Order: sequence, then C-alpha cells, then structure tokens
Amino acid sequence: MSTTNERQQELAIDMKAGMDYDELMNCMRCGFCLPSCPTYRESGGNEAASPRGRIALMKAVVDGIMEPDEDFEKQLSLCLGCRACEPACPSGVKYGHLLEAARDIIQKKKKHSLPVRMVRSLVFNQLFPKPNRMRTVSSLLWFYQKTGIQKIAQATHLTKIAPGNLSIMEKVLPQVPSPSQLKNRPTHVAAEGKVKQKVAFFSGCLMDTMFMDTNDATLFILSKSNCEIVIPEKQNCCGALHAHSGEKDGAKALAKENILAFENVKADFIVSNAGGCGALLVEYGHLLKDDPEWAERAKVFSARVKDISEILLAVGMPKMVLDEQIVTYQDSCHLRNVMGTFSAPRRLLQQIEGVTFTEMKDADRCCGSAGVYNIIEQEMSMQILDVKMEQAKATKARTLVTANPGCLLQMKLGIERAGLQKDVRAVHIVDLLAEAVKKGE
Amino acid sequence: MIHQDAKKKFTAIVGEVNYLDSKQSLVAYSYDATPNYQALPDAVIKPRNTKEVSEIVKVCNEYKIPIVPRGNATNLCAGTCPLEGGLVMIFTLMNEIIELDEENLTVTVQPGLITLDMINAVEAKGLFYPPDPSSMKISTIAGNINEGSGGLRGLKYGVTRDYVIALEVVLPNGNIIRTGGKLAKDVAGYDFTRLMVGSEGTLGIITEATFKLIPKPETKKTMLALYDSLEAAGRTVSKIIANKIIPTTLEFLDQPTIRVVEDFAKIGLPTDVGAVLLIEQDGPLEVVERDIKRMAEICQEENALSVQIAQTDEEGTALTTARRSALSALARLKPTTILEDATVPRSKIAEMVREIEVIAKRNNVQICTFGHAGDGNLHPTCMTDARDKEEMHRVEKAFEEIFEKAIQLGGTITGEHGVGVMKSPYLAWKLGEEGVEAMKTLKMAFDPNNIMNPGKMFAKETRKRVVVSR
Repeated sequence: MSTTNERQQELAIDMKAGMDYDELMNCMRCGFCLPSCPTYRESGGNEAASPRGRIALMKAVVDGIMEPDEDFEKQLSLCLGCRACEPACPSGVKYGHLLEAARDIIQKKKKHSLPVRMVRSLVFNQLFPKPNRMRTVSSLLWFYQKTGIQKIAQATHLTKIAPGNLSIMEKVLPQVPSPSQLKNRPTHVAAEGKVKQKVAFFSGCLMDTMFMDTNDATLFILSKSNCEIVIPEKQNCCGALHAHSGEKDGAKALAKENILAFENVKADFIVSNAGGCGALLVEYGHLLKDDPEWAERAKVFSARVKDISEILLAVGMPKMVLDEQIVTYQDSCHLRNVMGTFSAPRRLLQQIEGVTFTEMKDADRCCGSAGVYNIIEQEMSMQILDVKMEQAKATKARTLVTANPGCLLQMKLGIERAGLQKDVRAVHIVDLLAEAVKKGE
Repeated sequence: MIHQDAKKKFTAIVGEVNYLDSKQSLVAYSYDATPNYQALPDAVIKPRNTKEVSEIVKVCNEYKIPIVPRGNATNLCAGTCPLEGGLVMIFTLMNEIIELDEENLTVTVQPGLITLDMINAVEAKGLFYPPDPSSMKISTIAGNINEGSGGLRGLKYGVTRDYVIALEVVLPNGNIIRTGGKLAKDVAGYDFTRLMVGSEGTLGIITEATFKLIPKPETKKTMLALYDSLEAAGRTVSKIIANKIIPTTLEFLDQPTIRVVEDFAKIGLPTDVGAVLLIEQDGPLEVVERDIKRMAEICQEENALSVQIAQTDEEGTALTTARRSALSALARLKPTTILEDATVPRSKIAEMVREIEVIAKRNNVQICTFGHAGDGNLHPTCMTDARDKEEMHRVEKAFEEIFEKAIQLGGTITGEHGVGVMKSPYLAWKLGEEGVEAMKTLKMAFDPNNIMNPGKMFAKETRKRVVVSR
C-alpha cells in the first residue's frame, strides 16, 4: 500500500473522529447558499465549489463514501472562507466552523515540504504570536523602505524575482513606522471631552506594526468622539490567520492570552478595527467551547467585542468634512458575515460633508484577499479581484473604503492591476474618518 | 461504470473539460434537496447546445446508460438523485435568454437559466412571469418545468404549467422535437407541451422553453391577519373566495411554524397566536385597495385578533420573505427536515390541518404545517433525525396517514413538488392501478430502454392501503 493511501486513510479516521456530525447533518441541501458563494459563481456553477457541495464532500469523507484525496484538499483550500453562505442559510449551518475544523485536521496530517514548513513555522509560531518580533520585522521593512533599497529594487526590477503577486504586493505595502515609533505605544488615551464610553482597544499585531498609522487614527477619532480608551499591554495577535489556516491550537493559545489581558479591564466594550480580527474575537466562545476552564470566560470576552464603526455610530462623530467626491465601500466579509456589521460603516461615510456615497454592486462579495488566500490560490483570487475592480470602477468613486488590512492591501493591488492609481485610492475607513475629522475642525 | 467506448464518445461530443468523473464531482452531484437520498452517478456531463444533448442521448440509448437531467437540485422528491447511476446532465453552459418578444409577450430561454434571472429580465421590461417557487433564487427554469413548480402566487395566476407554451425537447432516441409555439390557440395533435411539464425528466430533455408573459401588475398590497384558532383562519379563506375575491396570495402558517420563522427572520411576528394568514393582492390601485379593504373586513368578521396592512413595499416584502423562509427556518429545529405537499380542496384545509395534528400526536412525531391556504396546497413538515431509525419509521407512517387523509378529502399526494422517488409508492393511491398502468405505457412508448431518469415516479412496489376509499 502506498504512503499516500495510508495518509488518506489516517486522515479519513481523523475526519470521522474530529468533525461535528450534527453540524454536517444540519445542512438540508436546499441550495439557498449557492448564489452567495464567490467560488461557485467564478467556477461557472461547479457544485463541488459551493458551500452545499463542500459540506457534502466533508460528509462523504466522514461517511466513508470518498477518500480525502488531493481533489478534496484542493477544494477545501479553494474556499475563501468569506462565510457569505452563513447569512444566506436559513438552517443556520455554521459552515465556517466546519471548514476550520476540516482544515485543522488536514493540516495536522499534512507533510509539507521543508521550505513550506519553515515558512509556516516562521509565520504561525515565530512571528505573529511574538509582538517584539513583529516589531523587528516591521523595522526591517522600514529600513528597506527608507534606505532606498526599495526604490533600487523596484527600478532594477529585482522585485519581479519574487513569485506571483508578491512583487506588486510589495509595492502596495504601507509606509511602515520607524522602530522608535513602534516602541512607544500608548496604554491609555483620555477622551477629549466628557467621557461617553470607556472602551478597551484590541490593537492587533499587523495593525499595531505595519498599519500603526491606522491604529493611531483609531485612537484619535475615539478620543475625539469622547471615548476613554485603555490598551492592555499584554494582548497578542488575535489568531485569525492561524484559525483559518488549520492551526487551531495556535489560535487557542492566543485566544487565552487575549482573554487574560482583557479580563479585568473595566470597559464597556472591546473595540476592534479590523474585520478579520473582530470576527475571530467574537468567536472565541466557540473556539474554546470544549475547554472547561476557558469556555465561559471566552464567551464573556466575545460578548464584549464590537467593531469600531458600531461604537462611533452609537456615540456620535464630530463634524467631518472632505473634498467633494464619490466614495464607495467594500465590505470586509468577516465583519459583515460574522460580526453582522454592514450598515454602520456606510452610515458613517454618509455623515461626511462633501462625500457622495455610492454603493458598489456586490459590495458584500469577497474581494479575494481572504488572509493568505491571494497568495495560495492566486488564480482564483485575481479572477475575483478583477471582477471587483470593474464594479468599483462603475461607481466612479475616487475613494474605495475598506475595514480590514487584508482587504485594504487587496484593493490597492486591484487598483494597480486595473491601472487606476491616478484616479482611485484605497483607504481604511478609520483613516478616512480621521482625515475628515481633522478637516472639519 | 461507463463503458470506455461510451466515455470516448461523450468526451468527443462535449470536450474533456465538460465530462467529469472525479470522485469529487460524483459526490457533488449525488444528491438534491431531499433528505436521506444519495447515490453516486458514474459521470457528470455539461452539454453546450441542443445538438450535443441529442448526441449524448443517442450514445446513452445505445449503451443503455441512465441520464438524470439536473438543474440546481433544489427539488424535494429526490427527482434528481441518480439512483441508478449513469450520467447526470447539467445545464450551466445553457443558461441564456434567447429572446424576449415584447410583441407577442413571450420569453424564450435555455434550460439552465436561473428562474429569478428570468423574472428580473422580464420585469425590467414591465412584464410579469407569475410563478414564484420559493427556490427561485437558485432553481433553474427547466427544473421548474420538469417538476411542475408552484409558488405563492398560484391561487390567482396559476403555476409553471400555465405559462409554458412551447418547448424544444430531445427525446430518448435523440430526436429533437418542438411542441407548441407563440400561440394562444393550437390544437394540432396531442398536447406534448403539457405532457412534458411535470414529467420529471422521465420522457425527454427540455433544451428550450417559451413562456407567455402578462403585463406587470401596477400595485401590490400585503396584509397579515392573526387568529387564535385555525378554524377562524380557515373560515376566512372560504369567505374571501365566496365573496368573489381572488387574492394573489393567501398563505397560512400554524403556530409552531410562526415561532420558528420569527426566530429566524425577526420581523416581529407574534408567536403566541394560533394561526397567521398572509394575504396579498395586486393589480390596479383602486381594485387592490377595494379588495384589501374588503378582505380586512372579512378577517375581522371571522374574529381575527389583529389585521395589519403593510404600509410600505418594504414592510410587505418583509412579510412575504418571512413566509418564503418557513421551510428552511424549520430546518433549524432538528437535523433532518422532511417537507411534504399534500394538497386538498381549499374548503377542507382546516379539517386537513387538524387531522395532521392528530396524526402527528398519534405517531409521536413533530409536524409543523404551513402552506398555500388559497389553493389548498399544504406543507406538513416533519422535524426529525435520519439517524434515529425507529423515529424515521414513525415519521413514514405519519406521512402515509397524511396522504391517505388527503386523498380521502378529494386531494392529492403532491401539489407542487413532484412524485420523484419520495412519493412514488403512493402514486397509485391517487391514480389507481389503471392510471399508473396508462402512464407506464406512455413512458415505454417514449423511452423503451428506460434510460430517462429511471426509478422515478413509478415505484417497484406500491404501498398497500389499509382502507381504500376513493
């Protein structure tokens, strides 16, 4: 018997033991999810590439109808995990949980090549969960950007050596803050006026290094909106990237660190400004549901989490002004489909003087970024992105707003690909609101 | 298993990319929306045009390979489950609108077109295609034709059958025929168009369809009436019709269904009432207003606890959306949801629903009922768990009794879902042995090799009925 077969058999046994069969059964196969699924649509209506199809595949493996072969793994990998199928599902099937569980099981059995293993270990164990190292890497990037190496590399097309999109990706990365800026992060910010709400800020890993300006803008507008902010020092990466890539144990460890960090902080809400992070934070309760020591504490934590736009809308924004322009908004899938936040960001944008808000067709449809999806499943990701850019173009918007760092980079990538750099910019909603508040003063 | 020679012929017809036989594809096309049915096909094929369909069918006929034409498999009678293997034929590459004829008020489409896409295209021209099955967002138009789909507007406007006026069909021998035309009147020979509607893919493959359209109604109003008893709601239905008003929609939900729908849709339905009627009227403004007013009075005369008329279109849409989600919302209660569509003359609705309650209790199973009160089409829906064999047995028994009662009241075993495999053991209850025999003879004439969706509609054995009363 070949090793491939042995591995598949072991995987099948693990799937049988590890998948939530009740949840698989809950799919009544009505097909209502199909129209909401980007990969179903982009694959020209391939049932296997739909949520109903993928659940059927998972169930078939558990039922012993099919082997968890390479096709099976590929099909699960092709799912964006955007979870647009969940709001569409009247039976309330937790597709995201099924997908994460299956990916976790597959990951554990996976024999990666050495380079892939090294990269995964670097990213999931050595980098994201280690705030100091995130800062170090960010500083290296700063060095790269500041010293002119970047310009030389770009001018000499050295960056083209990088595989696939990485060369364009590298172009769209934000200007990273300096090492000294990274070191002195605040732990408390007072409200500008009378305190309306006391909030604890979840600063994130990428958001507090590479996107530090956006975090600063978040603190700025929260303070301007009379929120008092505490930023617990001991917090860590949310673990979303881990959870979506089948590294569930890593995600759980991070969740516990974060619960500890926020547990005794007196605040009305825990604020998140990245859709991807927020969505995992609200699911800590599910992530740790089988851990007797943590289950309840995780639930309490999750119940306190809110997206920045919901808080700002509730407390009220100061006057906001921008130059006359059309603005459109690309939903962060996880913010919309998991956190249920979709009208708040739109309403905030509509409050800005000078802004004409134009809804983009299929704004609720995934942009194809999906964590590391745009690197792993590049072809599908770019196919989805190019459709998205056509739809963005049709709004004639000058500013394309997002609410998650991954989506933001993807939009910038899309703008480059479509050659729209001169006319369109992509921006995180918080940065735009901060800009508008400053202009309104 | 498909013979290697046949496979070669198939791939020569549609190209390698449109012939799928990976395990993944076989699993993905092994089911439809019917609980508890699954069977792997031997291959999946995607024709690009009628000629290819015809050539594929010829090969199937030669090698005696079963074919199951499949839209998006939203049907609830296991009609597209490939029980005897063979080819599942899908129409994702044949999904265009061929012609929207505004002079003759017709639309001609390919089989794989999503029903809602057709409705939207038609309404953009100020025209109207009334059939609106709950699955229309994803179901295909040929699927609707094959299953004879109904919908919420059936009472006033009829169902899919009433709008198909012409078809192009590939027969099981590969011949291509055209039935009907853009005609209001046509009595040239047998009515093959009507024969094909609801034939569940057992007689041929629909490759093109023409529908008649009507002008889009100018206005629409929606109303919700609450009752503390089912009888009062039932009396209201009869009285509305007796007052010579035919509303577009007259839907009813029983109490357990209301609870679940509210839990899902959160639109403020009261969960403590006995029954709810959802009533809609469309047409010219004056008529709509007059009818809605009169119907509201009738509801009150029949002791409705409250009558609420939607003030805006959004409010109205929210009410109908809630009703549309009833089936799937019920699915939240238990892992397996079995939805049936026993249908009775509308005057018998209250009696039938009460009997369903008694049957459920007697068999110790949980059944909620909702449905189209106006046309007598009920959806007794059972929440169960397919893994519980003992309970499944009781569920089966309960449904048997429900069908029996429906027939007794002058009704039928299926109003809009089709016979498929689910209802095949009961077909003779409705048609009699002679009726089934006549249908089988017809099937044999069209499809002597029994390659078209075999195992559907005609069961190997008919359920014995304890009491035969017709």
